[in-house]
Amino acid sequence: MAKSVKELGKQWMISSFSKRGFSTACSTLKSSSSSSSTMEKQSGKSVNLFTAVNQALYIALETDPNAYLFGEDVSFGGVFRCSTGLADQFGSKRVFNTPLCEQGIVGFGIGLAAMGNRAIAEVQFADYIFPAFDQIVNEAAKFRYRSGNQFNCGGLTIRTPYGAVGHGGHYHSQSPESFFCQVPGLKVTFHSASIGALHVEVFILYLQSPAQAKVKVVIPRSPKQEKGLLLASIRDPNPVIFFEPKWLYRLAVEEVPEDDYMFPLSEAEVIRHGSDITLVGWGSQLAVMEQACVDAEKEGISCELIDLKTLIPWDKETVEASVRKTGRLLVSHEAPVTGGFGAEISASIMERCFSRLEAPVARTCGLDTPFPLVFEPFFMPTKNKILDAIKATVNY
Amino acid sequence: MYSNMVTLQVMDTIFYEAQRQGRISFYLTTNGEEAINIASAAALTPDDIIFPQAIGFGKRVTYHGMLPKWLQYREPGVLLWRGFTVQEFANQCFGNGADYGKGRQMPIHYGSKKHNYVTVSSTIATQLPQAVGAAYSLKMDKKDACTVTYFGDGGTSEGDFHAALNFAAVMEAPVVFICRNNGWAISTPTSQQFRSDGIVVKGQAYGIRSIRVDGNDTLAMYSAVHAAREMAIKEHRPILIEALTYRVGHHSTSDDSTKYRPVGEIEQWRMARDPIARYRKWVEMNGWWSDEDESQLRIEARKQVLDAVQVAERVKKPPLAELFTDVYDQPPSNLCEQEKFLRNIVMKHPQDYPTDVPV
Ligand SMILES: Cc1ncc(C[n+]2csc(CCOP(=O)(O)OP(=O)(O)O)c2C)c(N)n1
Repeated sequence: MAKSVKELGKQWMISSFSKRGFSTACSTLKSSSSSSSTMEKQSGKSVNLFTAVNQALYIALETDPNAYLFGEDVSFGGVFRCSTGLADQFGSKRVFNTPLCEQGIVGFGIGLAAMGNRAIAEVQFADYIFPAFDQIVNEAAKFRYRSGNQFNCGGLTIRTPYGAVGHGGHYHSQSPESFFCQVPGLKVTFHSASIGALHVEVFILYLQSPAQAKVKVVIPRSPKQEKGLLLASIRDPNPVIFFEPKWLYRLAVEEVPEDDYMFPLSEAEVIRHGSDITLVGWGSQLAVMEQACVDAEKEGISCELIDLKTLIPWDKETVEASVRKTGRLLVSHEAPVTGGFGAEISASIMERCFSRLEAPVARTCGLDTPFPLVFEPFFMPTKNKILDAIKATVNY
Repeated sequence: MYSNMVTLQVMDTIFYEAQRQGRISFYLTTNGEEAINIASAAALTPDDIIFPQAIGFGKRVTYHGMLPKWLQYREPGVLLWRGFTVQEFANQCFGNGADYGKGRQMPIHYGSKKHNYVTVSSTIATQLPQAVGAAYSLKMDKKDACTVTYFGDGGTSEGDFHAALNFAAVMEAPVVFICRNNGWAISTPTSQQFRSDGIVVKGQAYGIRSIRVDGNDTLAMYSAVHAAREMAIKEHRPILIEALTYRVGHHSTSDDSTKYRPVGEIEQWRMARDPIARYRKWVEMNGWWSDEDESQLRIEARKQVLDAVQVAERVKKPPLAELFTDVYDQPPSNLCEQEKFLRNIVMKHPQDYPTDVPV
């Protein structure tokens, strides 16, 4: 999407943010000095992921008097402690608990955003986003289009924790991102081929996993990424669903600048350079993939690892450029393999790089079963599953 | 009823401790809501259709022609009353091979076909419209039974709650809605949940006969549910019961409720309004219960639960094949393929996989 955004570079510093109009564009971002976050005066201090989220939310609320934060149990700090202290700081009119009703949370957020505010809605677990599916799919996603751009709810950001935690079972583990990457009904109604025109952006952060911490393969910039990406999402003029890897809320720790800064959406990042095979992932899965890359390296296979970050609209160019170089592609995600976003990446790259591919695109993903409690280690796309797939692809 | 309430309390204490020791991954107590659990269950099951039977590790009672129930996660007492053994509870919490849910769900997600207790789902309020559909079926089949469904005050905010009440009224379904209004939905007090006069008026607004009872009064709870059941079945109509109570425990083992509510409030409920202590006074007054009975019951219950935990812990997990069954009635080709692939991986990298899951 926004080319201008990419040209601004990887990190923008911004000064102030006022109320967002009905059709603001990314270019309203200015790059100058930083704002003052009084809450976490700890520039360069190591913080964990939920603290980075807290910082981003603090800045979002502080820099825009028309920003609101709400959801189930948000007031006392949220079940993952992401909104700690914010109700005290900004008052219960701007940071508040909602009744227990996800469709209400998202519908309320759409209305609030349509009036030109920044509505930061929390859905307590991604597993519980489904009661809000109609509001997201039929409402938020089509609000601008169906009104001929007279109205939009671009100020809406839905934050939600996703993914495995080791003991979450069916309803505290799911990765439902692909549901939002292909809004059902859209194809039938208007745009059969314009997934890229969808107004819902889905993206996920990557961070280090506990297993990774053990073997000391560190991707130490993760809470920093979280903060920059969350602020960019909140300020993006389109509704954004922002998935946060809950496994890493406490585990991922790194130095996070206290400044107000953003990372561009829809810009993938090559986080490891290599020449034999390209690996694409997002969220906490990247940490597992990184381990597989390290092990493959020991066996003489050079892997390039890409963090896609934003799934819709996704950065095909970066992936394509990499696959043109390596001739091989592996995609990995926790969500079940069938109908997962890996299928979309695989098909697109097949279309664009068919003659360059030296092996079929490999997918190492979750199984086509509900997320199972005691079988979780079997369900997961583990390092060794990825490593085996890397070898099979390279030796094809 | 009293001994069931005590057993439930003892079980809660020990399972809670087991979670704290890292032996199970999660737990959620029913503290303070034992009366709602047990008294409602007792009222629902007429004595004449109980056929006690001894099976397995403990005492188990089998019932015929019982009321199917659609439940949430804070009503294990209902299952206990119906004869689900402490061992069966422990098996589910440990997700072992004897768990009827085959280790697939988190602890406390009980379910038992033979006890007409439909397996718990974590998603709030989804069971409510389902209970109405099931009740409609009972009515069509002219069964002498109704469905009973439980939910919290928070659950009444979900769309499914409103759909369920409206459907039940319009379809004239024999369903008893039991709302445990315990004041809190995790950290959210009822004042931030709704501004109506509790739940009872919501039922009335949908044209449903509704009653509010003191949920910590075992006898009141029993009579209300007993009457509701009669009415629901005989008159083909839904009934809503709002049971006022208090969530004395934390929301779950992931929660520390002192972060958002005064300790004094919790203690006040624990000490002064504890449903078990209240009911005990009554049974003692009638000369049916003594201190010796009490200590004997507690010792026995404790032993029973501790034994069950030890046994459950030693039982192997369900075999790997169960990962792929029950997704559909028969595994389709993609799952067969994935199972084959997975078995190869496990053989190749056994160190990546838990040893207590038989492959
Ligand atoms: C659809 C859905 N949204 C959110 C949650 C997370 N959650 C679990 S329990 C709970 C509070 C429930 O409160 P209440 O209905 O009052 O029942 P109680 O826990 O007090 O018994 C919440 C928000 C969930 N399980 N399902």
